[in-house]
Amino acid sequence: MGEEKVRILVAKPGLDGHDRGAKIIARALKEAGFEVIYTGLHQTPEQIVNAAIQEDVDAIGLSILSGAHNTLMPAIIKLLKERGIDDIVVFGGGIIPDDDIPFLKSQGVAAIFTPGTPISETIEWVKKNVKPRHKRK
Amino acid sequence: MTGKLSEKVLKGDTVATARVLRLIDDGLPEAREIMKKLYPHTGKAHIIGVTGAPGAGKSTLVTKLIGLYRRDNLKVGIIAVDPTSPFTGGAILGDRIRMQDHGTDPEVFIRSVATRGHLGGLSKSAWEMAKVLDAMGKDKIIVETVGVGQDEVEIIGLAHTSVVMLVPGLGDDIQAIKAGILEIADIFVVNKADRPETNRMVRDLEVLLEMAGLKEREWTPPIIKTIATRGKGIEEIREAIENHHEYLKRSGKLEEKIKAQREKELQNIIMEMLREKIFSRIDKEKMDKLIEDIASNHKDPYSIAEEILSSILN
Repeated sequence: MGEEKVRILVAKPGLDGHDRGAKIIARALKEAGFEVIYTGLHQTPEQIVNAAIQEDVDAIGLSILSGAHNTLMPAIIKLLKERGIDDIVVFGGGIIPDDDIPFLKSQGVAAIFTPGTPISETIEWVKKNVKPRHKRK
Repeated sequence: MTGKLSEKVLKGDTVATARVLRLIDDGLPEAREIMKKLYPHTGKAHIIGVTGAPGAGKSTLVTKLIGLYRRDNLKVGIIAVDPTSPFTGGAILGDRIRMQDHGTDPEVFIRSVATRGHLGGLSKSAWEMAKVLDAMGKDKIIVETVGVGQDEVEIIGLAHTSVVMLVPGLGDDIQAIKAGILEIADIFVVNKADRPETNRMVRDLEVLLEMAGLKEREWTPPIIKTIATRGKGIEEIREAIENHHEYLKRSGKLEEKIKAQREKELQNIIMEMLREKIFSRIDKEKMDKLIEDIASNHKDPYSIAEEILSSILN
């Protein structure tokens, strides 16, 4: 009698204190039927990766407004790899210049949603691209 | 695959344990094979339930307790349950927000769980999940229920020691006389005790315990005043939890509790297996036709259920 749910960690790494965007995304994902683990502000990459592992999530959504995305996003992906995990989808949003997107993608970030992206677009992307990890292969 | 996972859980591996919890939560068939291997290694941990109204301070209390246990080098597992939306099936699990102090401690395993429609204050999977954390070697397992009202008391079946958290100023004293969560407490915590109604609430609770005859029993639930955000009263709670555990062991009540749990577990497993067996044997087309019959008032569901069961069970 299985009921497979997609689980997503929504996290805010770094020092900026604005979590409205993260909360809006968390809520929209919930409305779309996902199980969202929300961890709050000021998370270190270590905390985020630990939470993702313990919660066995299928994706991590990162919200960064501080400008530190080029450091924080790759750091998280690197830590995941160090723990032997390469199948958690990492996506992000926030104030991220278009010029930085190719670099972030080359580091393994699956998608970046910049300001002005309709929430529905992000949700559709998640629906299409994130499946339960234990069912992939 | 399942053999490897269970071996890793027994060694305390976080990634493997997280995956096993997922298989259980999703009700996948591998989970049962893994549980068979883990079960003999369970029964060592002390399981503590924390329950109370939404906003009572459960997660804050839990995180402070983790801190005290870690100071003594005890390994801690947390199962934090939050509600699933009845409309979308989604959930926001936010108990971790207040537990981030322990976010990188390898000996603290925190898992957020959604109720997925299960009533009673827990998820259906919480029982087996606690077993897995037990098998992975945790000394203390804290199960935090959803914010409950009056009747979500499933936690007493699962926990050895149940902590009920109350806050002053919610409703009149009649609320406290009602049956339900007040009867299950091994320990009462009156949190946010800097509020003016605190002492009246404690007095009301004392009267209530007296009236219910709880004071003459071997274990009288202590009432502890706390301000969890400031860590005030947490040492006392920890001590009360230890005292209760000692009392359970000394009095033989722990054995009784464990026996009752095993019985409940076995019943649940039988029911679950039976359910699967029955529904796997019912032909979908036939089922649809029978439902049509009921919908058009040609037949009643009771007679049809009797027919189906007798054809399967004989």
